[in-house]
Amino acid sequence: MGISAGWRRGTARDRTLTSSAMTTWSTPDFWLGMILLTLFAVRLGLFPTGGIEDPSSGATGVEKLLDQAWHMALPCLTLAIAYVGEFALVMRSSILDVVREDYLTLARAKGLRDTDVRNRHAVRNALLPSTALIAINFGFVLSGAIAVETVFSWPGLGLLTTEALRGPDLPMLQGLFLVFSASVIVFNLFADLLYPFLDPRVRYA
Amino acid sequence: MTSIAWERRRRAFRRGWAEYRSDREGIVGLVVLGLFFAVALLAPLLADGSELRAVNTTDNPVWAPPTEFRPLGTDNLGRPIYDQLVYGSQVSLLIGIAATLIAIVIGTVVGVAAGFFGGWTDAVLSRLSEWFLVIPFIPLAIVLAAILGPSLRNIIFVIGVTSWPVTARLIRAQVLTIKQRLYVERSRALGASGAHVMGRHILPNVMPLVIANATLTVPIAILSETTLAFLGLGDPLRVSWGSMLEDAFSAGALGREAWWWYLPPGLCVIAVVLAFTLVGRAIETILDPRLRAGWRG
Repeated sequence: MGISAGWRRGTARDRTLTSSAMTTWSTPDFWLGMILLTLFAVRLGLFPTGGIEDPSSGATGVEKLLDQAWHMALPCLTLAIAYVGEFALVMRSSILDVVREDYLTLARAKGLRDTDVRNRHAVRNALLPSTALIAINFGFVLSGAIAVETVFSWPGLGLLTTEALRGPDLPMLQGLFLVFSASVIVFNLFADLLYPFLDPRVRYA
Repeated sequence: MTSIAWERRRRAFRRGWAEYRSDREGIVGLVVLGLFFAVALLAPLLADGSELRAVNTTDNPVWAPPTEFRPLGTDNLGRPIYDQLVYGSQVSLLIGIAATLIAIVIGTVVGVAAGFFGGWTDAVLSRLSEWFLVIPFIPLAIVLAAILGPSLRNIIFVIGVTSWPVTARLIRAQVLTIKQRLYVERSRALGASGAHVMGRHILPNVMPLVIANATLTVPIAILSETTLAFLGLGDPLRVSWGSMLEDAFSAGALGREAWWWYLPPGLCVIAVVLAFTLVGRAIETILDPRLRAGWRG
């Protein structure tokens, strides 16, 4: 979405995408979860209201997995909507950065079609900031999910954090904080190791 | 000499304002912000604060939808949602702005010091801000708030001391470019001290950037406050939009579909955050011509 917005900057599509991305960015993620929960689980009854699986079903194997996926749908949707805006904005601004580069003019001069110029030349170069963001966000999704997990009573690290807070269980909080920080560091390391494959310029630097 | 500089700055400001007025999104943001600030300042006139305490609401119906009770209905204790919203705006805006002030002051001091002195000062300060930047912000704030205890002052402090690194890095980069300018060199050659150069040349030149950055930090602070309050770390004696959401959630408003309770605070958060972001982006666009639509380098 960011790609298409940045490529045709200032058009109606760019404006709609940018403003909706900014709106989802401004939304507290747990509040979005509350709205989705009432809409799809309470009002329409399409999804379960919380938990990781149906405790009474006693299903095993594939059925158990399906049950868990069913319970996972709404929390995942919530986090996805909450974060897609940020990705779109970052992608848009990095596309805007490369759009003015000489190698795009060269690519057009070679007679490449507009979509080829975009997909093979612009996007590859604009991917770097997004990769960094994905890495950072892995850690932040872990921690950002604290409030969302609470809303959907999803028994993960986030819900554990909230329960430790109610205690308050300080050693537990410190341990969780350590896990969150370590995961951010590990994912950042992954991103740094991934860079040279995406961008040869980093390899020779 | 200073009067000429001030005259030039005043003219630059007027030019900037003229440009700002042509930015429709920026104006919309400014109007929305003005509205919310007016509500926060005039709260005692707009709503009667006494009914925020459950002891005073025994005559009100509980769980009343907007059709049954005044503008926006009541919660499980009979407290009017409208009053909570109005008084909540005070807390949310206060926390957003106060926390941003702390973050901006730390960020500016660190950024200017790192950029200006360079060397090992820069190395130490840059590593420190990188360290803060990488640490997941919400868990850090949660741990700090849990240890310090829930109060308005602590929430402001926690959000303030965890959100300065972005500002520090931006300011540092800006100081590095200003330091290379000719007038700084001339001032140095005339025997100006470090303090003089910093106060007279560096600070005034990073100020616009500081302001733009502050406007973009407030929405993050407000969102953080909402999340912290939702997790039960807000001031228990004051109503904020985040604590309203927490009350609604733990009282089971979701299952009862009491939308009039949890919908308005979220919408208010979105409106304020979006407004601050729009204003900040508009200021940024004025400062950085590359962001202007249709600009070709």
